[in-house]
Amino acid sequence: MISFLLRRLGSGLLTLAVASVVVFAVLEILPGDPARLMLGLNATEDAVQALRVEMGLDQGFLVRYFHWIGGLLSLDFGRSYTYSVPVLDLITERAAVSLPLALISLALSTAIAIPVGVFAAARRGRTADTFAMAASQFGVAVPNFWFALLLVYVFAVWLRLVPAGGFPGWHAGLWPALKALILPAVALALPQAAILARVTRSALVEVLGEDFIRTARAKGLPQKTVLWRHALRNAMLPVLTILGLQFAFLLAGTIIIENVFYLPGLGRLIFQAINQRDLIVVESVVMLLVATIIVINLLVDLSYAIVDPRLRVRA
Amino acid sequence: MSLLEIENLSLDIGGTPILKDVDLSLGAGEVMGLVGESGSGKSITALSVMRLLPEDARVSGRISFGGIDILAASEDRMNALRGDDIGMVFQEPMTALNPLKTIGEQVAEGIRWHTRANRADADAQARRMLDRVGLPAQKFPLTRYPHELSGGQRQRVVIAIACALKPKLLIADEPTTAVDVVLQAQILELLRDLVNENRMGLLLISHDLAVVTEMADRITILRGGEVMEAGETATTLSAQLHPYTRQLAQASMHVPERRKRHPFSPLEGRMSPKETEGGVSGGTASTLPAAISPSEAHRPPLLTVQNIAKDYPGRRTSLLRKPAPVRAVDNVSFSLGEGHSVALVGRSGCGKSTLARMILALEEPTSGTIAFRGETITGRDQTSLRSARRDMQVVFQDPYGSFNPRRTVEWLVAEPLHLLDGKPGRAERRELVSQALHEVGLKPSDMQKYPHEFSGGQRQRISIARAIITRPKLVVADEPVSALDVSIRAQVLDLFAGLNDRLGVAYLFITHDLTVAKAITDEVMVMDEGRIVETGRTAEVLTHPRSEAARALVEAAPDLHRAIAKRMQEQG
Amino acid sequence: MNDRPAPPPEKGFFAKAFANRSFVAGFIITALVAAMALLSFFWTPYDVTKLIIADRMQPPSATHIFGTDQFGRDMLSMIMVGARNSIAVALVAVGIGMGIGVPLGCWAAARGGFVDDALMRFNDIVFAFPALLSAIMITAIFGPGAVNAIIAIGIFNIPVFARVARAGALAIWPREYILAARAAGKGGALITVEHILPNIANLLLVQGTIQFALGILAEAGLSYVGLGAQPPMPSWGRMLFDAQTRMVVAPYLAIVPGMAIVITVLGLNLIGDGISDTLDPKLRRRR
Repeated sequence: MISFLLRRLGSGLLTLAVASVVVFAVLEILPGDPARLMLGLNATEDAVQALRVEMGLDQGFLVRYFHWIGGLLSLDFGRSYTYSVPVLDLITERAAVSLPLALISLALSTAIAIPVGVFAAARRGRTADTFAMAASQFGVAVPNFWFALLLVYVFAVWLRLVPAGGFPGWHAGLWPALKALILPAVALALPQAAILARVTRSALVEVLGEDFIRTARAKGLPQKTVLWRHALRNAMLPVLTILGLQFAFLLAGTIIIENVFYLPGLGRLIFQAINQRDLIVVESVVMLLVATIIVINLLVDLSYAIVDPRLRVRA
Repeated sequence: MSLLEIENLSLDIGGTPILKDVDLSLGAGEVMGLVGESGSGKSITALSVMRLLPEDARVSGRISFGGIDILAASEDRMNALRGDDIGMVFQEPMTALNPLKTIGEQVAEGIRWHTRANRADADAQARRMLDRVGLPAQKFPLTRYPHELSGGQRQRVVIAIACALKPKLLIADEPTTAVDVVLQAQILELLRDLVNENRMGLLLISHDLAVVTEMADRITILRGGEVMEAGETATTLSAQLHPYTRQLAQASMHVPERRKRHPFSPLEGRMSPKETEGGVSGGTASTLPAAISPSEAHRPPLLTVQNIAKDYPGRRTSLLRKPAPVRAVDNVSFSLGEGHSVALVGRSGCGKSTLARMILALEEPTSGTIAFRGETITGRDQTSLRSARRDMQVVFQDPYGSFNPRRTVEWLVAEPLHLLDGKPGRAERRELVSQALHEVGLKPSDMQKYPHEFSGGQRQRISIARAIITRPKLVVADEPVSALDVSIRAQVLDLFAGLNDRLGVAYLFITHDLTVAKAITDEVMVMDEGRIVETGRTAEVLTHPRSEAARALVEAAPDLHRAIAKRMQEQG
Repeated sequence: MNDRPAPPPEKGFFAKAFANRSFVAGFIITALVAAMALLSFFWTPYDVTKLIIADRMQPPSATHIFGTDQFGRDMLSMIMVGARNSIAVALVAVGIGMGIGVPLGCWAAARGGFVDDALMRFNDIVFAFPALLSAIMITAIFGPGAVNAIIAIGIFNIPVFARVARAGALAIWPREYILAARAAGKGGALITVEHILPNIANLLLVQGTIQFALGILAEAGLSYVGLGAQPPMPSWGRMLFDAQTRMVVAPYLAIVPGMAIVITVLGLNLIGDGISDTLDPKLRRRR
């Protein structure tokens, strides 16, 4: 068990290290000199050069890379060129929108998908199953940002139940803030829920055909008990895998959804930063997202080991 | 009154008739053997009694269990019966247990469900049951998971689940088909004891006439969903009144006719495909045994295996320690002469398949050397092995897994022709394939068909055709008949014996079944835990085994003759 | 021995697929969308390059069945031409993913050991960058445009296909017919071509339709945020972006391209479902 986790942790760290090189190198070849971009076209060559030195842009690739990594590790992410504030502050402020949004949609998607999947698998081949699967087929095909537009039209423009966009900030109170996140969360969650429901159903249907299900039925357990006690846990592995992938999807999905709803989250931040060549912000946000995804994958691996005793190597 | 009474049971699944007017009755404490080949409907009969049929099954007739009309009972009623009054043991122990639950949970679950016992009481009862089936507490605590157990141990857990509440009726569907003979004997004995202790009725389903004869008081013989014959085991099998009964019994005892130790003729079967082309290349000609040693006495053995060993990386038990390797084959040496037929027998996991793969140069040994036709084949690269491979082919066990489903028989049988130096042309290839098919009793017109269009026995013939198309000197056959029904098995064994006679091809026959070894080999090697523990003439080893491992195999092997004789004595 | 039925016939796969309702429905939808895209090369109801401001934002009517946009262009014609863009981007991205991913996956499965480990690490790394994130980074470097959208989506497809091919190949390698092929002296590359690929082709086909569908969604997303096809080239995602600010006055501007995306993706997913149903009759029987 311990060695399994250590190996996973090791490969996670390796992935992270390689990812950091990739991110740094990619942004390194971004066209455009950040110093010139910041100072505008009218700046003198001397001024640009001075800023380059100040920002350390005159140093070699490796020096700057390790400087950057050292900074990340000591939580000193540097200063944003455009906002002139520490990147860390910027990120914490924006993450306060993006993270709750991703978590709410993940919770929402799971809460809808798992019961639907189980329900459909239990009634496989009947009308309810056919209907649920047809509906989910549609759900999978809907682009979340289009769904978001429709939601805005119906609930904000037409029914006027929630704001059409913008975010009042958490200091405005829990309810107004949550209210601003409801539509984006639903828009993100429903297409994902459709995928998850389909995966849950097919994993369950597959498990229900296994020999040990017959053994359990031969013990005298009713079908429903067998489904919950024996089948569901065995079907969890593929479901967990998809859940892990979906979190990454949701994080990325926030980039577009935040643009639909004008939410000041990490997604909008990265967009603005790219447009303004605010390299340090782009690097930091991308690394943060990548690190989050790697951590999520580790958690998924950990939950595999909890669910499946075969993965727990005896120490 | 009988415990179980099946009358006029007919059944179809999705419109395909499976059972037709099946009658069967079983009293308390009685053992009924239900015998039949694949597709005869034996498993479906068992599932009908449990009422665990596929959803699209349509049933008619009557099944009564202790006065309860099974086919009309409510689902709740059936749930109360299953696992309490009727227990069932399945064929495949590796998949019959939930991999995510401990064996304790799985045994206790049924107990708690039926008796409403609390967790502690149910666990205590599960513990007693596991002790009873031979899984003592110190080695097999309740917290063990199925993956930590071997196949035989898992089957014991399944039996513990089925018998935990001392059912009145136990249904065992091919309970020993997936385990080797020694385990089979142990599990059958366990079942017999449990039945005697609790006066259970046992419905034992098997394709193996010898197993059923040893166990059952009465037998019912099923074929194509219909009962052929039913009655006392001993009288039914000794009288063999019904032609199908006779056919089954004879196939079970079948020994192929072989020429006794054929004098070796260097010309017979020596025609390599190369020569049929007319142009004999130098390389091929020099490897002709006749050219090397004209007299048989000085002929070097075809195959020489010297001190061969194979280690596999073991499972890591600690992060710091390197895992200790597992030794699958341990210092094995033997040699095999041209045209000889040798059996390699042993329990499952004894290393026989690993040994076979090393001989076929599909796996590198950890140490030791293998020489074929006098040249070393270990540690060589693939290109230089081509000529050796031409003379050495293989037949596998699984008639379903042996063929790429997307290729025609012609393509599949011709595959080893890849080893020839000059690729034969289309017409020539066709001719060679058609010859090979002819040798194994198939028609040349079968060439254009796909593997799924053939039955298991026919597929095994195709597999043999593929193995002999290059006219090899050695065929390694890994359990080639153990997945076949008895009647088919007899035919395939005849084919093997005939090819040995006609083509002079030598066999290394890997099997766990001594009757197969007895049927077609001259010599036998007994393997146990990676070592060869006994060698000798087949008849001798099988009648007077000297080693512990050989004795265990011989004693456990079901033998129809012996079983009938024993039954006759008991039943008078 | 056991009552195992013979494996399903492998011949006439497409004949069987056409007996599957999902497949037929998906096939018809996809064929219609593809036909519409092809037709647009020769004929569209109106010329999409002509801006007629006088006709701007007309609601659906007999003359413009889906209405007109803010520049007076016919929406139906825009959808038809936009289909070209969506299909081309997604198709080429699938091609990139398959062309690189499948050989990589097969190679890893055939070689095992270090090659396999390295591939899996590579997969982990690419998977750590959500497609959209890498697309944004790529378009940030090379500028927005259809070609860069293709590259961005294509790169993300590589590990997906590598993973599917590897898993499929690993399941085939231990089969006895592979051992027989090795006993016939065939090497890893030849075995992969002759035995592995034909047997994982269907799996790859299913994944191909899924990635095709995802590619259309991703392209729409990128165009929507302005990183995909650039105006005046019509694209469904861009049309949605333009519609956003006009939702209140002209909701049809958002509904029409959205439905086009949904229907196309639905058609592809139905094909994928139909194929995997046909492949795995075990699952179907249990339904």
